[in-house]
Amino acid sequence: MSIDMEQFKATFIEESLEGLDIMESVLLEMQPGEADAEEVDNIFRAAHSIKGGSATFGFSDISNFTHVVETLLDQIRAGEREVTQEAINLFLSSVDCIRDMLAGAQEGFDINLEQVAEVKAGLDRMLGSALETAVPAGAEPEDQDDTPAVTGWKIIFKPFPDMLRSGNDVVRLFRELAGMGEMEAVVDLEGLPALVDMEPEEACLSWEVTLFGNVGREQIDEVFEWVDGDCELSITPLGGDETSAVDTPAEGVPEAANPAPVQAAPVAQERRSSNDRRQGDRRKSRGSSENSSIRVGIDKVDALINLVGELVITQSMLGQLGEDFSMDKVERLKDGLAELERNTRELQENVMSIRMLPISFAFNRFPRMVHDLCGKLEKKIELKMSGEQTELDKTVMEKIGDPLVHLVRNAVDHGIEIPEVRLKAGKSETGTVHLNAYHQGGNILIEISDDGAGLNRERILAKAVERGLTNSGDNLSDAEIFDFLFQPGFSTADVVSDVSGRGVGMDVVKRNITALGGAIDVESRPGNGSTFTIRLPLTLAILDGQLVRVGEQTFIIPLVSIIESLQVEPSRVNAIAGSAELYKLRDDYLPVIRLYDAFGLKPDSTNLEDGLLVVVEGHGQQAGLLVDDLLAQQQVVIKSLETNFRKVGGISGATILGDGTVALIVDIGGIIELSRNGSKRANSAAA
Amino acid sequence: MANILAVDDSASMRQMVVFTLRGAGHKVTEAADGQVALDLAKRQRFDLVLSDVNMPRMDGITLARELRALPAFKFTPILMLTTEGGMGKKQEGKAAGATGWIVKPFNPEQLLATIKKVVG
Repeated sequence: MSIDMEQFKATFIEESLEGLDIMESVLLEMQPGEADAEEVDNIFRAAHSIKGGSATFGFSDISNFTHVVETLLDQIRAGEREVTQEAINLFLSSVDCIRDMLAGAQEGFDINLEQVAEVKAGLDRMLGSALETAVPAGAEPEDQDDTPAVTGWKIIFKPFPDMLRSGNDVVRLFRELAGMGEMEAVVDLEGLPALVDMEPEEACLSWEVTLFGNVGREQIDEVFEWVDGDCELSITPLGGDETSAVDTPAEGVPEAANPAPVQAAPVAQERRSSNDRRQGDRRKSRGSSENSSIRVGIDKVDALINLVGELVITQSMLGQLGEDFSMDKVERLKDGLAELERNTRELQENVMSIRMLPISFAFNRFPRMVHDLCGKLEKKIELKMSGEQTELDKTVMEKIGDPLVHLVRNAVDHGIEIPEVRLKAGKSETGTVHLNAYHQGGNILIEISDDGAGLNRERILAKAVERGLTNSGDNLSDAEIFDFLFQPGFSTADVVSDVSGRGVGMDVVKRNITALGGAIDVESRPGNGSTFTIRLPLTLAILDGQLVRVGEQTFIIPLVSIIESLQVEPSRVNAIAGSAELYKLRDDYLPVIRLYDAFGLKPDSTNLEDGLLVVVEGHGQQAGLLVDDLLAQQQVVIKSLETNFRKVGGISGATILGDGTVALIVDIGGIIELSRNGSKRANSAAA
Repeated sequence: MANILAVDDSASMRQMVVFTLRGAGHKVTEAADGQVALDLAKRQRFDLVLSDVNMPRMDGITLARELRALPAFKFTPILMLTTEGGMGKKQEGKAAGATGWIVKPFNPEQLLATIKKVVG
């Protein structure tokens, strides 16, 4: 039987990567000098599994590498080695190397061997210092290659009484011997007790076996390998001299251990070469599909199967009803359709939940990153994380990774001060960076906060004035000033600190977040640190929408952005500068955006009081959208306008309504921005 | 064919062992650690137990010892899957009541050959 080992490799790589994550997180927690037995056990077990698996599945270089790591960990586990900072760092580098090697094995590309070799050399050096004192005795098996051709063997085999209790069966041993050549066994009944004294669980017989044929001594040793120590055994060649006759159990050991590795070596080599070939073939065919898989809890899958089952029942019920339908069955039809609606909704909710992953997937890389940065920058920082179980759409998760890295790096690099400065400012030496995630309405909020120096309002403002982004900034709020950080090319090398600035690439961060339909805000207090808050939609695929009518067109406004809808009272409308209108709602003034104007449509009426004002909030700003009528609320599936047509300002996508018509989804943040720029242009034109 | 209990905390090893044994016609039950295996063994009989040594919750050595204490497992063959070629774990396993061992890495053919020795 030939079994393709290839099929187990994906599982092996996946579980190894999980193991490496565990190793990494434990190592990051570990303090030099104190080795918690359970922690060490955990990382040892992970390394041990990776070593065993990689050897089994043909990744010999990973196995060789991990073996050294495992040996070192084993010494720590046995208390023979101290946990030093050097060791922890070396193990962390090893984790990186193994991760690289696994990725290389998975994707079939060559990895950076230099780095691996370097870390391996470091590991060997560390191991070497202990190895000299602890060379395992008998590691080199003696050469036993002096067995001439033999005609057969005489084996005297006398099991100790409790040999059977190890699950070893005399019949099995004899069956194996019989498989090698012609065998004669003479049983010695001498030890047989009287029937009354007989203990059925104990071995009491002994045998003298003669085995004919040219059988190697090691083959016989292998048969008795498992019972070595549980029996008296003497193996002598037939017709040979009796000098090497009696075989004490201890001597059998190295010989018995010998055959296995000797046999295994060529097999392993063969396997490797065929793997190389296979990997070569795969290199071309494997695309990025590898990364687009998703791990789903079995309970979620079960729930889906269950729901599909219910859907099938409803469908067959409706099918039967349709076969001979008459009006008196209309109630049952209604019931059936209601059931169908419920099934569909539940199915939809469950399918969507499959795409949801806990945000810990995005957070997990940060302990390591902060640890490494601290070493580099000579800072002391504690990373706190909370809300890691908050679930987020997989696509959103993938796209939020880079912006998060940027923000955390900034917090560590520029936010937290070096220990001396912190002490001088009366703070604790160790700074804190806090990552937090939680749900709020239809959004997920991610906060990255630090207790560092905070943003320097004056210098940002000065820079903004210098760059002509604002005139004097007299009336600007903190939020508006900090918002300059997100301006493209707001190079701030001299703004926040003297080392470098926060602004580098922040415009990219903001653009990525906006592309996800999200927003980012900054809060900062001098001396007390800053908080960046990212607001993201839960999913990109479906949204709850309010259908509105403008002229003959239907638009969809995301329900999450709607605050309220109201009828316009003309007395509350103020027109400024001829073009912009403000509506006084309670104590606030909202800019009014006439949707028909923004999209160039012909409305029912251009009179404000004939329409309805939908108050919305996007990107932290409120506005009133003027529409002709409010229609239904419904969930809509978002279709990308960009892939099907092109990007349109103020529109985030499209959907198909129940009657087949296409409706455009209003991008609230976008349209507020659009109208603001429009009025700005009008202002500057007027001035 | 034999009714086998396969115990390993590594999913890929388990997958390989299970696939190989089922392919040869054996009935296989899986367990991810010693504790799970012991709980299973208290409820049903097996013809053979294959167990990894290093596992969370309960390791293979302890499992062997606990199994031997169960009347139904007094003589059941228990094979340890050890990574070490060295004698340490083998002797420890034997002392705990294991029947024998298979040294990792092994390939499916080697596994089947060993199983055949034990259960025929």
